[in-house]
Amino acid sequence: MQLSELHARSQHADRAFRVLAVVAATTVLVVLALITVTMSKRAWPVLEHMGLDFFTSSRWSAPEGIYGALPFIFGTLFTATIALALAVPVSLGVALFITQVAPPWLKKPMVYLLDLLAVVPSVVFGLWGVLVLSQHFGLGRSFLTAGIILAVMITPIITSLSREVIETTPQTDKEAALALGATRWEMIGASVLPHSKGGLVGAVMLGLGRALGETIAAALVIGSALGQITLDPYASGNSMPAVIANEFGESDGMHKSALIALAVTLFVITIIVNLVATAIVQRSMRRSRGT
Amino acid sequence: MTADDSHDDIPVQRAAPRIGHRGSGDPQVAIDTPVVFDLEDVAVYYGAFRAVRGVAMKVLKNQITALIGPSGCGKTTLLRAFNRMHDVIPGARVTGKLQYHGIDLYGPQVSATEVRRRIGMVFQKPNPFPKSIYDNVAFGPRVNGTKNKIELDAIVEKSLRAAALWDEVKDRLGSSALGMSGGQQQRLCIARTIAVEPEVVLMDEPCSALDPIATARIEELMRELKSRFTIVIVTHNMQQAARVSDRTAFFTAELDSANDRRTGILVEYDVTQKIFSNPSDERTENYITGRFG
Repeated sequence: MQLSELHARSQHADRAFRVLAVVAATTVLVVLALITVTMSKRAWPVLEHMGLDFFTSSRWSAPEGIYGALPFIFGTLFTATIALALAVPVSLGVALFITQVAPPWLKKPMVYLLDLLAVVPSVVFGLWGVLVLSQHFGLGRSFLTAGIILAVMITPIITSLSREVIETTPQTDKEAALALGATRWEMIGASVLPHSKGGLVGAVMLGLGRALGETIAAALVIGSALGQITLDPYASGNSMPAVIANEFGESDGMHKSALIALAVTLFVITIIVNLVATAIVQRSMRRSRGT
Repeated sequence: MTADDSHDDIPVQRAAPRIGHRGSGDPQVAIDTPVVFDLEDVAVYYGAFRAVRGVAMKVLKNQITALIGPSGCGKTTLLRAFNRMHDVIPGARVTGKLQYHGIDLYGPQVSATEVRRRIGMVFQKPNPFPKSIYDNVAFGPRVNGTKNKIELDAIVEKSLRAAALWDEVKDRLGSSALGMSGGQQQRLCIARTIAVEPEVVLMDEPCSALDPIATARIEELMRELKSRFTIVIVTHNMQQAARVSDRTAFFTAELDSANDRRTGILVEYDVTQKIFSNPSDERTENYITGRFG
């Protein structure tokens, strides 16, 4: 009698939890679907109007009704690439320093400081970029300035995630290398990095996601120059989120549709980046598992 | 560190009562077997905690020395002191005299990486790198400066053969080591260790994660490797110590009056046959016969 009561109640709890979990999971999917549908619908007019030229033309002129997004796509990818090139080595270095080299008394304050850096609002970084990099160091408003600011912003995130991934390397894996006469650096190459590879790619991808989507800091320092496609890092340019932030307020009709289409493009790019990253991670994991 | 080979020839002092003692029923040990490790009053601390204390023993060349005893008696802790594995654990330190061929292992000019190149270690849980079988074995020679592909190929084959693994893996040297069975992984770890041609191989319960068949193969392997290497093995398995070792050190944990915690001590160290048939200490006998531990 008592046993059956207990049995029934635990089943209720189990069912309630399952309902809660399913509802939460579905909500996420529904919101994502709604975003995709509404945005695509609003973006459709400009895609119909411009055709594939929207992605390949480098001329963007609202008064003339010409919307070619290529320079902004380029600007986004170029600044994000600069940011990653600067941030990844620094982040990995800091994460390895904290986990493998730093004495315990230094470790805690460093972790705390980095986590603090990760939550600084992006507008603060953007203004700092204007004041220090653009004006004081004379870099102007350029791809390079934007790339540096993005790098500074994503370094704490990549560092923090990398540190946590690296910390999960089992002590026995590290000792395996050390017991063969490996130095600390060789041990990192043999045990820590292979073990953390998947997680590190994930950390970099999260940083890349933030760099691609960063709006306000990029808008402040990238220069907002239309139509620039150049690999000169000192040139001014523009990125997709920055264009949207600068132009959305005074847009209507086809112009607004074009800006929404930019947002959809950004969305698709981040999804592609994430899919590629997942594929890389899974392939490397499969390979090291030997299946 | 420059290991002075002339120390190899120093005969065991007759004063040490249990080493090479005539009439100890140990015909295969000549009286002048060189001493590899010479310990006097060795203790290992983790912070303020003394895990093992007062260890005095000599480990002889080309012998298998077993460290046995109940859990918490400090046998693994002591084993890790032999190749300075405690260096990577914050707060751990080793005191007393621990000489390797007459050189103080913890001397100021001695480099831990050089020590570990000469004194290899096989761990309790097989821990191959997440790399190919080939790269696992080649790792040690590579970090020690062998870059030549032909040379590496030869070392890999020789080491895998010595670890009785070559025939099983020769057609898949490029596949991941993590796809192997536990017993194969442990033999790979042994191959990886002997690939750097160490003098000593330390084994920390190398069979505790393996089934009886894999265990038998590792034990057979140890007997084969004895001619080339000096082996020190920690084992929970008394039968294993009796089967493979030449000498056995029995440890137990006792209340340490210094800090009121249990600390490992060396009770008795002698020829294996004597330890298991006619131990001098009552505590050893109680443990061997299963009355305790």
